[in-house]
Amino acid sequence: MNALPELLFDKSRPGKTGYSFESDPIPETEQYVDPELQRAGIADFPSLSEVEIVRHYTNLSHLNHSVDSGFYPLGSCTMKYNPKVNETIAAMPSFTNAHPYTPHHLVQGNIGIMRDLEARLCAITGMKAFSLSPAAGAHGELTGMMLIRNCLSHRGNPRRIVLVPDSAHGTNPASAHFAGYNVKEIPSGPDGVLEPHTLREHLDKDVAALMLTNPNTLGIFERHICELATALHENGSMLYMDGANMNALMGIARPGDLGVDVLHLNLHKTFATPHGGGGPGSGPVGVADHLAPFLPPPVIPKQDGSGPRYHIPDTIGRIKNFYGNFLVMVRALAYLMSLGRSGLRNVAEDAVLNANYIRCRLSELLDLPYQSRTLHEVVFSDKGLPVSTLDIAKRLLDYGIHPFTIYFPLIVHGAMMIEPTETESLETLDLFVTAMKEILTEAESDADMVRNAPYNTPLRRLDEVQAARHPVLRWQPREQE
Amino acid sequence: MRFLPLTDADRESMRRCLGIKDTADLFADIPERFRFPTLSEIPEALGENRLLERFRELAASNRHDEYLPFLGAGAYRHFIPEVVAHLSAKGEFLTPYTPYQPEVSQGSLQAIFEYQTMITQLTGMDISNASLYDGGTAAAEALLLMQRKSRRPRILVAESLHPEYREIIQSYIQNLDIQVETVSMDPSTGRVDLEKLKATLNSETGGFIFQSPNFFGVIEESSAIAKLTHSVDAYSAQIVAEAMSLAFLKPPGEHGVDLVAGEAQSFGLPLGFGGPYLGFMATKAEFLRQLPGRIVGETVDVENRRGYVLTLSTREQHIKRERATSNICTNQAWCAVRSAMYMATMGHDGLISIARANHTNTAYFADRVRTLPNIELAFPRNFFNEVVVRVKNRQVDDLLSHLESHRILGGIPLHWFYPEFADCLLINITEMHRKSEIDRLINAMGGML
Repeated sequence: MNALPELLFDKSRPGKTGYSFESDPIPETEQYVDPELQRAGIADFPSLSEVEIVRHYTNLSHLNHSVDSGFYPLGSCTMKYNPKVNETIAAMPSFTNAHPYTPHHLVQGNIGIMRDLEARLCAITGMKAFSLSPAAGAHGELTGMMLIRNCLSHRGNPRRIVLVPDSAHGTNPASAHFAGYNVKEIPSGPDGVLEPHTLREHLDKDVAALMLTNPNTLGIFERHICELATALHENGSMLYMDGANMNALMGIARPGDLGVDVLHLNLHKTFATPHGGGGPGSGPVGVADHLAPFLPPPVIPKQDGSGPRYHIPDTIGRIKNFYGNFLVMVRALAYLMSLGRSGLRNVAEDAVLNANYIRCRLSELLDLPYQSRTLHEVVFSDKGLPVSTLDIAKRLLDYGIHPFTIYFPLIVHGAMMIEPTETESLETLDLFVTAMKEILTEAESDADMVRNAPYNTPLRRLDEVQAARHPVLRWQPREQE
Repeated sequence: MRFLPLTDADRESMRRCLGIKDTADLFADIPERFRFPTLSEIPEALGENRLLERFRELAASNRHDEYLPFLGAGAYRHFIPEVVAHLSAKGEFLTPYTPYQPEVSQGSLQAIFEYQTMITQLTGMDISNASLYDGGTAAAEALLLMQRKSRRPRILVAESLHPEYREIIQSYIQNLDIQVETVSMDPSTGRVDLEKLKATLNSETGGFIFQSPNFFGVIEESSAIAKLTHSVDAYSAQIVAEAMSLAFLKPPGEHGVDLVAGEAQSFGLPLGFGGPYLGFMATKAEFLRQLPGRIVGETVDVENRRGYVLTLSTREQHIKRERATSNICTNQAWCAVRSAMYMATMGHDGLISIARANHTNTAYFADRVRTLPNIELAFPRNFFNEVVVRVKNRQVDDLLSHLESHRILGGIPLHWFYPEFADCLLINITEMHRKSEIDRLINAMGGML
């Protein structure tokens, strides 16, 4: 029995058509292309009618959990509501139909949007300049590490080592590696934050930078950040801030004030652009003055009316085609305009209040490995539970709730990383707490039932081992008997 | 604030639960002197009506829609059926995260599995990943992939690869232990100079990256290139910046190239001033364990029902950290799903006929431009939907200004990227151009030359 719609290829019948497009008749022309370079057909490519296409994707859409359909407290992902008006704005033909190589005087609206977004991001973060080019957070990290490397090279020595705390996301070490650095992991202290003395122990003339997520992946504000920054700067090293968790700080504190040299933001997290099931994102990089000369092209000058700059003498070079994910930037600017100055702080306050409410309600049921004050998210462990974190996550699906982030950060055993965001009501938070309580009660009385969850989802647990051992990565025509 | 569901009463009862008087107390770890900046430079909030007004004004201060465009060079204007816009706008596709919980993500996962299948059918490759950022970063990832797989330090790049893609490659490799060398083109054909390629390949060479149709619109000799690279046990990667060409030309796999990567914006994504677009990568099966990015695979659930998961994640950064095949995490999943919707809607016959219409319209332009004085096709054969014209008696920028005065954006001046082609213009013609519009371009050109 199939729970999923048949694949397009199995539904396809030659002779069906889903499109309608009229071309003008063109007089016969010279043959410009060698016939042996052309193709006759595309074997097994689907043919369906328009109504079948609509039903196929509508039925598929019903199989997805999404922010639009329910609670999605995925830690460090900031699954907040994505305002619908932003979709209307991003679909305005003047934005969607603009070619990236259009002469600048004909796209002043678009350039103005990028300029305004950069100015607002500078104001919010305290950084002095931004590049909007990076396509996602990890791309921003790579850009940021390249900026640091080029700046240090300019000072005479790029250095070899980048320090990354053990609570960091996997993209941090990967990005540092692709910028040519060796990664050295350093431990967080007993309070879950990086201690200045730990940093000093690892600090020598080989250290280019520290990559610090703040608030970190435990949801804790790195309260020694100013001291860390000073220690780094005295050593000629730089402070990179992973701004994935900026939702906790928007309107609350500016990383530029705290000594951060370079940071990336995730417009698809903090700035409410849709995650799209894994992209497109946008990962703008903000820098202090000393890193601005190295930004990738194109750079949008701050003055009105001047066009983008492509020739930047000390640049790290281009890292993305054209201007970056422009239509994502449009949505982010629309969001910031909707929030306005005071909305920024309201967002961060409600996000932090919601997370702390969940912490307060669940801490009698679950082990809280770090007692420090937390901001926008809270991380519990599976210590003392009769079932695993994975089991609880899968059982939550039966309650119509998307699980929190699981088994991350790596420093917490069986981590459950919960980030409700500000766009959830108290009623939703209470439903979640109730669901967690019921699941833990179920686990006490019938652990196997929880271990075999979910039951009410379109499919039940999937065999990931088989998928990896015998990869089937595309549809294939059935063998003819 | 309509995005914030908490009421003041809710906030008060939550604070009581937390035992605090003021929400500001939650931020006590932040150094006091930096807490709660005034942000006076940020304007106050706009109501939804004012917000729409403001963006309509910004939209209206763009003037490009008054012009007939012939701009391509890696971003192409194609027809997008309305169903694609409607279906892809569904919140169920737009607002989930990466499908880490497959039980409640089968919609996105099956759609991406179908996307991967169609990309392999179009390219003639064995496998495809779930997407990359864009064409330029896909080219850079292709280079890194060939270097990892070959374990050789030297990769060759064709001069006729999109200049922005080459810039991105240069940025990506600048701090890594990889040497990149450029293989020049034959200025009479616009194609890779095969003699030069042959002379440059050696046992240190891991692979060769070329684009076809290349930046000048010319279709390369992929078979000959693949043979040459294989003769030194190096790989060949064909970059495709205009995915529509895949429905017109023999698939790269049949030419024997080892991997195909590039830009699939043409499949249902609007120009959007340059993004978001859709990087793709498809390869022979042997590259599977070295591929960058996410991959969707088929499996079964505990009741033995067909289902899909993200698979082979031991290549990826969240497992391998600094030893991952790439640092990519978020990719362009929604763009891949949208392009699958486009490909499925166009279907076999639609995609082929639209691709042919691109070429037919361009061939018509070529026929007509050759009748004009003082202008010629720089590379007169083997183009798909983009051609280079050489202007003999005028500066290219003067011709472009003249065309602009006729409300035409006549193409991209090659001096932006290639000083040696200062007298050339790159012109793109797609299925969107009416015959009368091509005639308008020809007449406007003829009026000046």
